[in-house]
Amino acid sequence: MAEVGTAAIPPEARETTEPLDLVRLSLDERVYVKMRGDRELSGRLHAYDQHMNMVLGDVEEIITVVDVNEQTYEEIVQTVKKQHEMLFVRGDSVILVSPPTRS
Amino acid sequence: MLFYSFFKTLVGKQVTVELKNDLEIRGTLVSVDQFLNIKLDDVHVVDEQKYPHMMSVKNCFVRGSVVRYVSLPAQHVDTALLQDAARREAQAGR
Repeated sequence: MAEVGTAAIPPEARETTEPLDLVRLSLDERVYVKMRGDRELSGRLHAYDQHMNMVLGDVEEIITVVDVNEQTYEEIVQTVKKQHEMLFVRGDSVILVSPPTRS
Repeated sequence: MLFYSFFKTLVGKQVTVELKNDLEIRGTLVSVDQFLNIKLDDVHVVDEQKYPHMMSVKNCFVRGSVVRYVSLPAQHVDTALLQDAARREAQAGR
């Protein structure tokens, strides 16, 4: 199906013709993943599929917890960090995947 | 099919499954199916203080859709093979 119309796309643009290609090009690179439930991950991308199920290595998970003080109604934002050496992530909790920043 | 095959290679290994309700269950992976439903043996809950009602549960079935993470033993994961398989699946899916 991808064969249709590829001749019109210049060679340099062909590499990112569909959204998942951006993820494919991030294989074996550190990616940032935003998750449902105020969770963020950063880790090396080892595998993914069309559901955005993923396996990440050397992962740092950052969980943001917002507490509201009962008297003052002050919002106290706390972050909890967790490390995982190898992590399977189910795709239905994934919000976005960002490739590594190139300098 | 990639992750189904991947999990089949991990049968018999110790894994920690984190569910979407924050419950974390550690146990031996017994079997997995195409929906990534998971069967675990010798289970114990990571935070037993918080979930005392799970003390008597020795084995369980977890519906794939309620899983958030599965934490895996890195020494049993061939990362080069995984990346190749992911590239191949990306090729086949287009």
